[in-house]
Amino acid sequence: MARTVAIIGTGQTRHGRRQDMCYPDLVREAVTAALEDAGITMNDIDGVVTGTMPSMMEGISSTHFYFAEAVGSVGKPVLKVETCGTTGQSIGHCGIYWVASGMADIVLVVGSEKMSEGDGQATMTKVFDPFFQQTFAAGAPGVFTMQSVEWMYRFGIPEEKAREAAAIVSVSNHDNALDNPHAHIRIKVTAEDVKNAKVITYPVRLLDVCPASDGACAVIVASGEKAKKICKKPAWIKGMGFRGEEYFYGESNKAIWMSATEAAKEAYRQAGIKNPLEELDVAEIYNPFTYQEMIFYECFGFCPRGKAPDYVLKGTFLKNGRLPCDPSGGVLCANPIGATGLIRLAEAALQVTGKAGTRQVPGAKLALSHAMGGIDQFNSVTIVGSKL
Amino acid sequence: MSKEEYRVMKAQVTVPYELAVGPTWSYFYDCLKEEKIMGKKCKLCARVFVPPRTFCPRCFEDMEEWIEVSQEGVIETWVLVNMPFFAQELKIPFISAQIRLDGSDTGFIHQIAGFDMSDFDKVQQLVKLGGRVRAVWSKEKRGHVLDIAYFELVK
Repeated sequence: MARTVAIIGTGQTRHGRRQDMCYPDLVREAVTAALEDAGITMNDIDGVVTGTMPSMMEGISSTHFYFAEAVGSVGKPVLKVETCGTTGQSIGHCGIYWVASGMADIVLVVGSEKMSEGDGQATMTKVFDPFFQQTFAAGAPGVFTMQSVEWMYRFGIPEEKAREAAAIVSVSNHDNALDNPHAHIRIKVTAEDVKNAKVITYPVRLLDVCPASDGACAVIVASGEKAKKICKKPAWIKGMGFRGEEYFYGESNKAIWMSATEAAKEAYRQAGIKNPLEELDVAEIYNPFTYQEMIFYECFGFCPRGKAPDYVLKGTFLKNGRLPCDPSGGVLCANPIGATGLIRLAEAALQVTGKAGTRQVPGAKLALSHAMGGIDQFNSVTIVGSKL
Repeated sequence: MSKEEYRVMKAQVTVPYELAVGPTWSYFYDCLKEEKIMGKKCKLCARVFVPPRTFCPRCFEDMEEWIEVSQEGVIETWVLVNMPFFAQELKIPFISAQIRLDGSDTGFIHQIAGFDMSDFDKVQQLVKLGGRVRAVWSKEKRGHVLDIAYFELVK
């Protein structure tokens, strides 16, 4: 990197159904919290990066105009970046690039979504190619189920075993969300509840699937020099990887998933990570579906291909396991999409700075955060650490 | 006033679009009318794409060679959709599937039909990954992916 960059503050809304306020006010709730956390004011911000899902989600074109005041961008340079589910990570990267380039010292990054106001699955369906594939689309669940089924088949994973493991992922995420005041879904569920929940698209059931949430997240990134002056415990950016693949579903192998695998590899290369399972202390994975979480474990090198269910059954990724995953409760318990990838980054930063409260993984020093976007098309990984 | 009483304003956006199909896909649709499924082959990586592409997504080279592929193929993955989504063209229940047509190197997304889908357990007995399917043509052709009505299971 041209200059070192660190996260000096984060803020999140209480995610959930937030019809108690209009969209810009919701965004401001996260921005105010981040400024407070960093101990700075809007006057200290040199530039603002925003991001959401496609405008179709809210029915208002180019939402960065809509909440220009809420993100404090009046009189400041502002950028919008939009990469569907990866948006939250993309805006994080954009802010980091901006500071690393030396063109700004402190940048405010804001991701948001108010999903209760529109139709998230209609928006997702319209992400599909209109000429050949949209006809057969069924929102996100349809395609993510196809991917999970392909993965089980390719690696000969018995459906029963995958089912058991997916239930553990769901239970552990829900348990973790009880520790997170920002989470949307905060209920205790059992493996039996998950296995008997209503089928969405077989074998995926209701408790295997994320909610549609309203929420926002703000992250403040600063140059290393500024961070050392302002912040007692900055979270240092150690590595970033982003990869895309073909638009047409079916042209690339989603059981192996090149974009997820290569995004992690690039981030590991920059961070100098050789054995992620040993070296990482915690991971915040973009898991709108339990089965997908397991595919990510394999893509990120946490376990061999086809073995994620075995590792899950051993408890490897539980809060007290070898590599705790999603101590925040994950995407499974809060998914305001445009914010979600940034929430992963914010949670990773909280973990390595010891600020994660009751969801803290003791002594966490190195954390992975991730997001996935489009029809399984984009993946992004950002690694943060307690030391430069 | 409690927060449950704050107002909500109803809104709707409806916009018509005209999407240019271009020469490659226009020809593909023309061939569907003649009940032929055409792919394009990359001269560098030699992969055959269905739907065809004007250029290879990985090699970034123009693709010139048209190849007719088989109307039969293998099920690579599938999902039974039994939930309605906004503006869905197909009536539920339906099966979306990724099918690798013989002679092509990419998965083609379409539907598998031709049997009762009301009982998922029975459907699961019939539809298998690695199983074979064959195109069934619509009588009326309109230059649309549904000129192939669906894929039927090959016994």
